[in-house]
Amino acid sequence: MLFNRRTLVLTAALAAAAPFSASMPAFAQDTLNNVSYDPTRELYREYSEHFNKVWQAKTGRTVVVSNSHGGSGAQVRAVVEGLPADVVTFPLEGDILGIEAAGLIQPGWQSEFPAESSPYTSTIVFLVRAGNPKGIKDWNDLIKDGVEVITPNPKTSGGARYNYLAAWAYELERSGGDAQKAQDFVAELYRHVPVLDTGARGSTNTFVQNKVGDVLLAWENEALLSLKEFGAGEYEIIVPSLSVLAEVKVAVVDKNVDAKGTREIATAFLNELYTPEAQKIFARNFYRPLHPDQVDPAELANFKDVKLITVGEVFGGWAKAQPEHFGEGGIFDQIYSKD
Amino acid sequence: MARFRFRQPSIVPGFGLTFGFTVFYLSLIVLIPIAGLFIKTFELDWASFQRIVTGPRFLAALRLSFGASLLAALFNVVVGVLIAWVLVRYRFFARKLLDAIIDLPFALPTAVAGIALTSLYVPSGWIGQLFSPYGITIAYTPVGIWIALVFIGLPFVVRTVQPVLEDFNREVEEAAATLGAPRRTTILRVVAPPLIPAVLTGFSLAFARAVGEYGSVIFIAGNIPRQTEILPLLIVFRLEEREYAAAAAIAAVMLSVSFLILLTINLIQVWSDRRFGNG
Repeated sequence: MLFNRRTLVLTAALAAAAPFSASMPAFAQDTLNNVSYDPTRELYREYSEHFNKVWQAKTGRTVVVSNSHGGSGAQVRAVVEGLPADVVTFPLEGDILGIEAAGLIQPGWQSEFPAESSPYTSTIVFLVRAGNPKGIKDWNDLIKDGVEVITPNPKTSGGARYNYLAAWAYELERSGGDAQKAQDFVAELYRHVPVLDTGARGSTNTFVQNKVGDVLLAWENEALLSLKEFGAGEYEIIVPSLSVLAEVKVAVVDKNVDAKGTREIATAFLNELYTPEAQKIFARNFYRPLHPDQVDPAELANFKDVKLITVGEVFGGWAKAQPEHFGEGGIFDQIYSKD
Repeated sequence: MARFRFRQPSIVPGFGLTFGFTVFYLSLIVLIPIAGLFIKTFELDWASFQRIVTGPRFLAALRLSFGASLLAALFNVVVGVLIAWVLVRYRFFARKLLDAIIDLPFALPTAVAGIALTSLYVPSGWIGQLFSPYGITIAYTPVGIWIALVFIGLPFVVRTVQPVLEDFNREVEEAAATLGAPRRTTILRVVAPPLIPAVLTGFSLAFARAVGEYGSVIFIAGNIPRQTEILPLLIVFRLEEREYAAAAAIAAVMLSVSFLILLTINLIQVWSDRRFGNG
């Protein structure tokens, strides 16, 4: 039996919900399952509380939101195999395309919510140890002798795919569009990786708790959270000259909400993501808000200016990049089949 | 019909019912899932099956998974027999406590064990820092995988050997001694033979468990392709790509190799039963 976080979360949620439903049947209560990726635990904990208040004010009913987290690959599989998700909130379009391919989400979900169903974004930055002992400034410093890089496995982690694509885009631009050079650069980069964890949170733990490696390729939100939790004295964030815009995508799982009759609350849950209150929650949890003007300027100071490329413009979108780079026998696999 | 009777007539009735239940239950719990696995594999055509199971990455993972599991099980046999011997033959303070500790690897969720072992064996960990000055890294290398497998396999050997040692008739040992047998002969000819079946069983259990182990290994393995990537992880990759037939193919090969090894062990057991006559 595999270690299954989803089962744990569901069991815990059921255990937590059971006494309420048993002892207080008179209270009207809704439930909603949000299936999300690895580092959004803190974000959706806070957002769910906020949404509960909004929903209560609007309908007089309370809502219990069960948030499930894990490497996005495993989470997508769980939904495809029948985890009854009402909404999904994933780090990249390719994840939701996988659920669409299974027939659970209707095509065209990208235009169901504003900004191509992308209520907040993030990017990839470097987290290094205090004082930056290896002098890491940009992507090309990662392949210097003796530098150990920590990043999760792009086969299982959405964040890791952004890490990989950002490195690729950097070398592609530096070499003036030479794809072979970009591939060699990425291959060299992975030779500096001593451990490939399955998810972003696992890599953060490897770097922060187990003190392995010189630089962590991290979600910006994860890097800022590590700084907050461990104090600025231990780590520093290095913003490279170029990075990738991580467009987080959200969608209602049509088949599940129609079966459960939860479409209204699921849509409300995702629409609420675009309100000023929610945008403030994103900024507080270190995600880049869609509307920076609605957020306290002090919180925007966390987000350094960086040239951001998109997967659409450099890689022709996720539907193309996913199989080409991360599919079976794709470029990532080829990197490891050479000596 | 007569063939399906007891080998010797028994006075306890109910053969038909219990035998029927056994066959039904084993089919439901064991055979059907495994048959499903093999049927799923047949969704692949021969060429893709061959490509999956002859790729250098698959073969490297196969060597690593089975190699580390064999070494871990062998190590557990040596240490496990020693521990069982100490627990049975000597009386000392806190013996029962030590006895209970043996079962902890059973009780601990494997992921917890994996995370704990990893933080102990990384270069900055309590144990890892003793080795890192000499340039030895344990976590994220095959050695780390081996340690995790030793950890989860230990109780199997101790718990299978222990009861046999407890039932062991010590008068036979004394008789050997009074008949003038040197200690070495006593151990080799008197003590060891009855232990062999239990040791082999413990070995097979520890080995089988280690081959399929995922939770505790995944944290301490580096998961670098062709270096520290175990077979169960390859299965997980294929599952996440929703390539169920490919995942089933890897699992089927794993299962077949395990089956062959376990069958060999069983044959050795049959041989040892004949040789030493405790069948």
